[in-house]
Amino acid sequence: MNFRTVRPGITAINMSVSVQIKNINKKFEKLEALRDITLSIPPGELFGFIGPDGAGKTTLFRLITSLLLADKGSIAVDGLDSETDYKKIRNITGYMPGRFSLYYDLTVEENINFYASIFKTSLRENYHLIKEVYEQIEPFKKRRAGDLSGGMKQKLALSCALIHKPELLILDEPTTGVDAVSRKEFWELLKKMQKTGITILVSTPYMDEASLCDRVALMQKGDLMAVDTPSSIVDGYNGDLWQISSSDMHAIVADLTGIDSRIEKVFRFGEKVHVTTHNIDNKELGVIIEGVLDGAKHKNILLEGAKPQIEDCFLALMDEKG
Amino acid sequence: MKDDDHIIVVENLVKKFGSFVANDNLNFFVRRGEIFGFLGANGAGKTTAIKILSGLSKPSSGKASVAGFDVGRQSEKVKRNIGYMSQRFSLYDDMTVKENFRFYGGIYGLSAKGIKQKTAHLLQKLDMLDYKDMLLSKIPLGWKQKLAFSVAVMHDPAVVFLDEPTGGVDPITRRQFWELIYEKASEGTTIFVTTHYMDEAEYCERVSIMSEGRIEALDTPSNLKKKYNVNTMDEVFVRIARSDA
Repeated sequence: MNFRTVRPGITAINMSVSVQIKNINKKFEKLEALRDITLSIPPGELFGFIGPDGAGKTTLFRLITSLLLADKGSIAVDGLDSETDYKKIRNITGYMPGRFSLYYDLTVEENINFYASIFKTSLRENYHLIKEVYEQIEPFKKRRAGDLSGGMKQKLALSCALIHKPELLILDEPTTGVDAVSRKEFWELLKKMQKTGITILVSTPYMDEASLCDRVALMQKGDLMAVDTPSSIVDGYNGDLWQISSSDMHAIVADLTGIDSRIEKVFRFGEKVHVTTHNIDNKELGVIIEGVLDGAKHKNILLEGAKPQIEDCFLALMDEKG
Repeated sequence: MKDDDHIIVVENLVKKFGSFVANDNLNFFVRRGEIFGFLGANGAGKTTAIKILSGLSKPSSGKASVAGFDVGRQSEKVKRNIGYMSQRFSLYDDMTVKENFRFYGGIYGLSAKGIKQKTAHLLQKLDMLDYKDMLLSKIPLGWKQKLAFSVAVMHDPAVVFLDEPTGGVDPITRRQFWELIYEKASEGTTIFVTTHYMDEAEYCERVSIMSEGRIEALDTPSNLKKKYNVNTMDEVFVRIARSDA
């Protein structure tokens, strides 16, 4: 199939691009980093790759940005082939790697101007594109990048990734190691940027960030375990989910594991335990739990139905795949 | 409440870098065997405080003791009584599992015999005896983290500092890791842990939340949620860390 002809017809947004990934395989020696990945991302989508280290997120991003070659399969960005048209792809792509990759010994301003000049533009010319992000670090523009805090480095890297007006923005774990408040602020920023029409691919190990994406891929050890909207993934959860708590949360996971074949997947979730059941109602479950949890140890036992979170789905999928 | 039950005691601790106040008059204690969550936004001063408590940096004023030793005057004794593990720096990739144990055991002052026994015991507990001669670089991340924790506590320290120990690991391994933490705490080891996963804040017996060099809140997770009238530690954190914004 010639992907160049694939150009979904969203005419209202003329700046963003699609990404078509087809049967991608990539090995590093014996390690299968990516196994037969097929995925289509329409223009203007905010798409999340959710998974732990070793899932293959970075490898996939490096293939899309044409920095690596696949063993098998093809990738097209805006219909451009990632192997033959890599120069064009690089011109329309902004990439923020997981590891801070700017020049420590250049100042904030020098770094941005350097990246701008590579793409034959300048900070002055494209200031409006990065204003939202850059304003926050502008007071420190004479400071060397190496002397910036983690949060400021992140904003500088994002500014550099945006300076050439990319149509596709790829962010590799921009929120890893970032505190919960700064993470929220970063996602608010992404949502705002999405409104300009840009296609955004973002990876994260934090499962709770999945709900902020239009669609997500749940990845583990080189496989796409699921690709869908966050709400569809949650709706597709197999079984009934309950949350249980008692006065002895240290012991409760062990005490509830293996008590009945219809009760499976006992996992701690914050202050509760999540338990998945099949063919068992609230009443019967209550009786079983009361019977199993020793009253002297477990006081104030609380049982209620729960809505699955993405992390529940991820755990279940990991379980299925062994 | 007896004082010797307080394995960490911090009094009026201040740390300045030039005119910048990184730790602004910290006062708190941590009990023996407690799992204590040390939370805060990036740049709030957590790393500075951990460096002081582990004897790597001296307070500008005020004092702190760890396992009965003053962090300013007896920093070498403090170091002998603590373990440390972080996501960024833990084990050596170009050494085997066994060599890592031997190296750290030696640094922590264990005898050759003690190292042998501890290594065998810990590897058996992790079900990793078959991997003892494998290079660390060949071992999956989740296992590495569990190994790193075992190495950090192989000398049975009074306190172990865990700096974002679960970053990047999958959700099942993250939970298994906390099982290790619970087990060690139940043996009497004090766990001092930082994390950006707010569900993990719930696993701690008490948590402190730092903002701009100060401890803005310190209590059990359930009391903090009550106090701020919210349902999750995530919301508590946002309230406190964002209050200045």
